[in-house]
Amino acid sequence: MNNGLNTLTIRESLEGLRNKEFSSVELTRACLDQIKKYNSDINAFLTINERAINEARRADEARENGSDSPLLGIPIALKDMFLTKGLRTTAASHVLENYIPQYDSTVVQKLKDAGAIILGKTNHDAWAHGSSGENSDFGPTKNPWNKEYVPGGSSSGSAASVAADMTIASTGTDTGGSIRLPASFTNTVGLKPTYGLVSRYGIIAMASSLDSIGHFTKTVEDSAIFLNVTAGNDPMDATTTKNKIPNHLEDLDKGVKGFKIGVPKEYFTQGLDSNIKKNIEGAIKKFEELGAEIIEISLPHTEYGIACYYIIQPSEVSSNLARYDGIRYGNDRTRFGDEAVRRIILGTFTLSSGYYEAYYKKAMQARTLIRQDFEEAFKKVDAIISPVSPTPPWELGEKVDDPLKMYLSDVYTVIANLAGIPGLAVPSGFIGDLPTGFQILGPQFSEKLLFRIGHAFEQTQERKVLEK
Amino acid sequence: MKYQPIIGLETHVELKTKSKMFCSCSADYFGKEPNTYVCPVCLGLPGALPVPNKTAIEWCIKIALALNCKISNISKFDRKNYFYPDLPKGYQISQYDEPFGLEGNIKLKTKNIRIRRVHMEEDTGKLLHANVGGKKVSLIDFNRSGVPLVEIVTEPDFENAPQVAEYLQKLQQIIRYLDVSNADMEKGDMRLEPNISLVSRISNFQFPISSENLPKYKVEVKNINSFRFVARAIEAEIIRQGELLNRDETPTQETRGWDEKKGTTVSQRSKEEAHDYRYFPEPDIPPITFGLREIRAVREQIPELPDEKRKRFEKEYGLSSHDVDILTRERSAADYYEQAVKDGSKHSLTPKKIANYIINKKPDMDKTVPGELVELILVTHQTTEVSSEELKQAVRQVLLENPKAVGDYKAGKTQVLGFLIGKVRAQLPPKSSSEGIRELIEQALK
Repeated sequence: MNNGLNTLTIRESLEGLRNKEFSSVELTRACLDQIKKYNSDINAFLTINERAINEARRADEARENGSDSPLLGIPIALKDMFLTKGLRTTAASHVLENYIPQYDSTVVQKLKDAGAIILGKTNHDAWAHGSSGENSDFGPTKNPWNKEYVPGGSSSGSAASVAADMTIASTGTDTGGSIRLPASFTNTVGLKPTYGLVSRYGIIAMASSLDSIGHFTKTVEDSAIFLNVTAGNDPMDATTTKNKIPNHLEDLDKGVKGFKIGVPKEYFTQGLDSNIKKNIEGAIKKFEELGAEIIEISLPHTEYGIACYYIIQPSEVSSNLARYDGIRYGNDRTRFGDEAVRRIILGTFTLSSGYYEAYYKKAMQARTLIRQDFEEAFKKVDAIISPVSPTPPWELGEKVDDPLKMYLSDVYTVIANLAGIPGLAVPSGFIGDLPTGFQILGPQFSEKLLFRIGHAFEQTQERKVLEK
Repeated sequence: MKYQPIIGLETHVELKTKSKMFCSCSADYFGKEPNTYVCPVCLGLPGALPVPNKTAIEWCIKIALALNCKISNISKFDRKNYFYPDLPKGYQISQYDEPFGLEGNIKLKTKNIRIRRVHMEEDTGKLLHANVGGKKVSLIDFNRSGVPLVEIVTEPDFENAPQVAEYLQKLQQIIRYLDVSNADMEKGDMRLEPNISLVSRISNFQFPISSENLPKYKVEVKNINSFRFVARAIEAEIIRQGELLNRDETPTQETRGWDEKKGTTVSQRSKEEAHDYRYFPEPDIPPITFGLREIRAVREQIPELPDEKRKRFEKEYGLSSHDVDILTRERSAADYYEQAVKDGSKHSLTPKKIANYIINKKPDMDKTVPGELVELILVTHQTTEVSSEELKQAVRQVLLENPKAVGDYKAGKTQVLGFLIGKVRAQLPPKSSSEGIRELIEQALK
């Protein structure tokens, strides 16, 4: 019954559409069918866009009329942190459960302009607070590879929907690993771009100095196609770059021969699961075979990353959530879930007079040191390879009563956000029936390089597709 | 009096920029239908981000420069977190420890008032308490939300209410000279918050007061909407605090509101309830850097300020300080006077004569151009009658000979009228009346 179109990549879909092998309506319907079939199991989507088929029809008409915009007719899903005009946007929180935005976020506008079809809004930890997806006020998302396990968070639904072929690609936000971690838990490619490369305008703010706007795809090439659409200056976001944006697909196939790839020694100490360690060592070996030079490096301030992150992030969260004060959005503050309350209180405390110097200011100083670690490292190497999560996916419920344990799963990811650098999570196989991946980190605005490295590795792997 | 008042002042000035501080909504909200000048940014909707208004920042720096402040090379915005229904984001974007301007001053007649800082922030919405369908409700109008505000904070250098009043008049005049705000108290363009405390005159102190000699408390007074009331509020507060001190009580550190009807201040918020604003750098706006060249460019836009103008008028035109005060009260009046002096010099009218005429006769400057004014002054000394036929003939000839001026007038440049009147006058015998010339020209050009 299922024609399998929903399992295609962006590249494959575009080829099929261009060659008139199928229409966007058929492609979109295949995704919607898959959603209908599995969403009750997986809980990846919170809201389905009822107009998706109509939009796909319009995309088909546009193609008939000669249009070939970069994502014309490609169905995508949006994390429910992205404001969509007229389409409910909840932040996966009861506080906004009935909120219909008056405007589209810049990224959504760019995706629509590029011809993408919005299938719906995906589940995630409420307000993007979490590493497992279990903090959603609308129930956890399940890992499509094993439904007893978490898909990782906070962008749980976006990751799971791509992994379960409910969509061709999806958007996410990454404040401390919220794209890279679920990507590595679901066998998808997740990009956290450089801070300031993609506009934050119209995306519900979590921690404004850390929030990076990225996406999930099935391949590295798709990730580059997607970034070509979303990247660039936005006059509505004063923190976006004024740099000229390169074509991220340009050097994709050029390989890694002669590249210097750094491996931080601090990342392979205690706390790293032995299976993950083994897996990454395998990946490192692959890179050597591909002609890259592997160099051990040091990022000495790594150990302060989590502490620093869990001061800066809740501080900004406490301020950013202040607007949901019960006056304007229908529901009052009693509807905030436990994790949001925890962060609001923590952040309010760390910003309080007398504590600001001891916590926030100190954390900002540590942040500078972490950034400098990378600046030093990138004098020696082109890019860095690191684990994403210290452990494989855990069982649903395993860490929900221990927030600190949950926070520690971000140990390898938060530092990229603190440093403002890009990270690309690439699948690197399975541990048992559950996926794992590693991340490639590079200097600011080096996404093109990350894609090239990720793509080279991806070519050595067989893409495992979920049996359904 | 046993006690010496120590007074500091915070003044908010609303800028008259075209658009708001962080979005492109019009800032000209006064009297407009509620919630019609709003967008996601000034409504603080989810996901909205602030983008600073460059003109507002330049104007803030202009004010700071006019108040002799140092301009920081690097400045930033901060979030001031507090809850109030008129504050849709739950924080106000303001400046905490790196304001645009630092350490300036305003010179009063007898004393120098130090300015501690000049910083930029955004205005809040406005609460309206109304009765709708028999129910008491609070309504919020966000038209004002995000309008640029400049806050000017003095050191505690004032000794009495008259000094505060003098300072405020000077400040208002400077702001108006800079043409960055209407500084209209009634419309809320200018808002004043004095803080007042008393020290015993016996204790050893002198102005400026060092921080260790400051009293252990201060009382801030809000809700003052005129210069007159600021003086009255200060006087009332001095009496109230003096009475407390006489009873050996220390006044409570608190915020009080001015009650116009009662003529007293009323407690609003005590120190225990004081906000902890949890300031931190605004992550949505990168730090702002100013090079010397940029600061110079802003400085070059600053017109001659009242103090300099006064000095120059006294020196250049030989006027009394009383006359100068009147003539320079507004920049437009001063400019008018100078144009009249220029026009008058052709008829050997002295600057003093023109100043006297303006001060005594108070001509309507919007209706009488300086050239005309000169004519009027000359008329007061003329005797010769001219026949209306002669006059008409002179007008016809002048209009014929000055096609450019005629064209300009028809294009809306009515200021050329003075020039044409002068030309007509030149055709007539000396000391002729210029009465009716204006009307004749206007008629002819209709």
